[in-house]
Amino acid sequence: MSLLPEARWLCHRAVVGFAQRLGRCDLSHLAGCSRAARARALSVLVGIACGLGVWGPGAAEAQALTPQQAHAIAVGDTDDRLKALQDAAARGDAGLGDFLKALEDGEVKANASQAFVVRGPNVRVAGGAALAALPADAQEALINNRLRSAISAVQSGLNLLSADLAVRTQAIRQLTTAGVDATQLALVEKALAAETSPELRNALEKLQALASVAAPEAAQRLAAVQRLAQSGEPSVRSLLQERMSGGAETDAQVRAALARAVTAIESRLAWGDRLGIVFSGISLGSILVIVALGLAITYGLMGVINMAHGELMMIGAYATWLVQGAFRQWLPGLFDFYVLAAVPAAFASAALVGAALERTVLRWLYGRPLETLLATWGISLILIQAVRSLFGAQNVPLENPSWMSGGLAVLPNLTLPYNRLVIIVFAALVLLAVAQLIARTRLGLMVRGVTQNRRMASCVGVNTARVDTLAFSLGSGIAGLAGCALSQVGNVGPDLGQAYIVDAFMVVVLGGVGQLAGTVIAGLGLGVLNKLLEDWAGAVLAKIMVLVFIVLFIQKRPQGLFAMRGRSAEA
Amino acid sequence: MNTASTVDTTGLNVMACAVVDPSRARLLGPKGWAGVAAALITVLVLVPVLNGLVPPAHALHLSDYAVALISKIMCYAVCALAMDLIWGYTGILSLGHGLFFALGGYAMGMYLMRQIGRDGQYQADLPDFMVFLDWKAFPWHWTFSDSFVFQALMVLLVPGLLAYVFGWFAFRSRIKGVYFSIITQALTFAAMLLFFRNETGFGGNNGFTDFKRILGIPLQQTSTRLALFALTGSVLLGFFLLSRWIVVSKFGRVLQAIRDAESRVMFSGYDPVSYKLAIWTLSAVMCGVAGALYVPQVGIINPSEMSAAASIEMAIWAAVGGRGTLIGPIVGAFFVNGAKSWFTQVFPEYWLYFLGTLFILVTLVLPGGLVSLVGTVKAKWSGRAAVAKQEQRT
Repeated sequence: MSLLPEARWLCHRAVVGFAQRLGRCDLSHLAGCSRAARARALSVLVGIACGLGVWGPGAAEAQALTPQQAHAIAVGDTDDRLKALQDAAARGDAGLGDFLKALEDGEVKANASQAFVVRGPNVRVAGGAALAALPADAQEALINNRLRSAISAVQSGLNLLSADLAVRTQAIRQLTTAGVDATQLALVEKALAAETSPELRNALEKLQALASVAAPEAAQRLAAVQRLAQSGEPSVRSLLQERMSGGAETDAQVRAALARAVTAIESRLAWGDRLGIVFSGISLGSILVIVALGLAITYGLMGVINMAHGELMMIGAYATWLVQGAFRQWLPGLFDFYVLAAVPAAFASAALVGAALERTVLRWLYGRPLETLLATWGISLILIQAVRSLFGAQNVPLENPSWMSGGLAVLPNLTLPYNRLVIIVFAALVLLAVAQLIARTRLGLMVRGVTQNRRMASCVGVNTARVDTLAFSLGSGIAGLAGCALSQVGNVGPDLGQAYIVDAFMVVVLGGVGQLAGTVIAGLGLGVLNKLLEDWAGAVLAKIMVLVFIVLFIQKRPQGLFAMRGRSAEA
Repeated sequence: MNTASTVDTTGLNVMACAVVDPSRARLLGPKGWAGVAAALITVLVLVPVLNGLVPPAHALHLSDYAVALISKIMCYAVCALAMDLIWGYTGILSLGHGLFFALGGYAMGMYLMRQIGRDGQYQADLPDFMVFLDWKAFPWHWTFSDSFVFQALMVLLVPGLLAYVFGWFAFRSRIKGVYFSIITQALTFAAMLLFFRNETGFGGNNGFTDFKRILGIPLQQTSTRLALFALTGSVLLGFFLLSRWIVVSKFGRVLQAIRDAESRVMFSGYDPVSYKLAIWTLSAVMCGVAGALYVPQVGIINPSEMSAAASIEMAIWAAVGGRGTLIGPIVGAFFVNGAKSWFTQVFPEYWLYFLGTLFILVTLVLPGGLVSLVGTVKAKWSGRAAVAKQEQRT
């Protein structure tokens, strides 16, 4: 603690300088500061002066930004300017924030001896008095990328001392993600001493630990590592791993602490990872369920394998895109709610196309499933090319409404995106609606009747042709809904349907036909299984393994998870 | 029309009867043999002479482009023939024949890659794509790839074995109809993903290309290309005769019986699984051979040959020409692919419209394919002639 007397002396000088500055009339560089900020700054310094704070080696007396410093930051060799900037930042010089802002905005000019801030007609010497006019030899002070990033780091450091809670919170978050180094330690500690909010104190302590991981003293590093071991964030883990593997850490004790900390963080992270995989599996599964639901209805009812199902999805997605465009054009105020209008539009457009297809083509192919397969493939080719001709072969841009962007942070490494959550809820609603439709309505009754025994249903007066058309449009409409959902998480282009169609068929094959429960369980199961295997073996091998699993599964249960009575699977 | 059971399941029963007729059990009639002989002369003599000996300025000269196109289509025709055996005669629609075609192609492509030797861009012993991936030695499945005999064997064995194993699982558990089609499509899709990976060792996205020679002879040489052309033509004719021999045999008739009423065949004491498995495996091997002939002539093989579209197009070749006949698939392959090369040159944006419409029209109004038109027209003519005769008499 031999540093302490010297530090006390420095602090004393700082307080004196600050008080002098407060007493001066020319407070132009403090104009933005509120009374509270000044009071708080004073209390910080008084606190430090009383020996509560331990100052780092970079800390020196806090004072106003002098014209010399401003000039050193504004012009010269980049390395020298960086050094000057960091010196000023380490002291937390008042007026530095304003000056840096001006520098960033290109409002700083400089000549050989002085830097000037030019705001509109007002000119003043940086860190000094106002001037009547800009000297003729002053030129703009340019900053390069290196300086720019250093400046923004310093600015968020300075914001740590802001009086505004929101600004401080923002600054802490910014520094935590961008990373801090030992040069900013002084500032962080200064802010920590002043901070009153317990939440922010906690965040600042972490920031302090992050900054002092590379501190010169082993004890300080050890404390920092121990503090960081309580964290559960991937970024902290990688920082600690870097310290350990990079050989930057030489002290044996600290190395051991590092290893312990990494293990502790990893076991905490593993849970987030596992939950994340399950969530993305459910998210994929819920999309598969909507896609497969439509397929299962048409296949269960009519024995029709609809290869154009993916293209009906694409139509739904394009309908969503058109609705979005219409809202942007005519109802920009309600843009956030375009999705609500897009859902019925996607359903209706796909259902209409489906009805037209059923009436013109599929009607003549009942009882010839293989031919239906080829004909619907032909339809899909025509639809793809038609969309290419109409809207171009490129993907069209689709924007999430603002309430669907962002996510719900459950764990430090597990954020559930809102758009995926919305889709899971949406899938559940669609499922519920279809189940109600099939179980409760007259149309549902007829659909079930025709599915079970077409001729008998016809005999008791069901218009089977009409039921076919309606059921096929229902299946197509659900495909449109799936397309609407997909448009919120993926690209919308002519090839949209192709990516999901094979998986959707697998869901139908696995789940068995004519059973909603089979489709749901198979869809969610395949989604989760796929993601679990993906994590373990990579995307391609996972797909192959899932396929092999399905082929083997069919050995045991040729008619899927939930077999219908009868021989419908032989179709 | 809406009750499923009143419509026949294949739409082909009428034609099937004609083929099963025992009086036609001999391999080919005199007309048929004449046709085969004419085709053989065309492939072995006429085309090589028209391309190689007739001067380019002459009206009868056949351009290199035309020879290459015909040769490519002949490879496709072999696939269509294979498709017809399994679909037209046995009633099993495979959406995975593109996989067998590509596997044969890749087996040949591996040998052709080794034949490049040190003439690649990197002048290394390893093929360019391996150098690019910074591999130091050949992966295990490339061990014997410099032997033509071994790779030629692989052309037959790899598609054959895969088809046998897959078919054994599928047929044994009685996966039929569209289920089988979808499973084969998924198999092909999975294989395509596998071949897209660089680590699989088959050149990833780009596949194999830049071939230089085969058996030490430069591929670009006219004589090599004509020899490959003649070989492809002979193989097509050979497979045609083999298929003919199969479908007129008792084996072939059981296949057609399986197509029309599998349960009845089973109840009569036959085991449909072994019949289906045999024809399925043969069909896969035929596709593999077609792929092996295709690669040296077209000069590239990549995983897009395994896309779903490629396999389904094979089905449409057979359907357009006429399923359940053997000349039909060959006609269909020439018609569709001829149209494709014409469209892609003249109206590229309308090709998919044309192909899609073809799929719909053939299934909707022409289930017998183009060759059935000949029969219809003939019947109409003879009907008209008969009417005219009667009118004359009265």
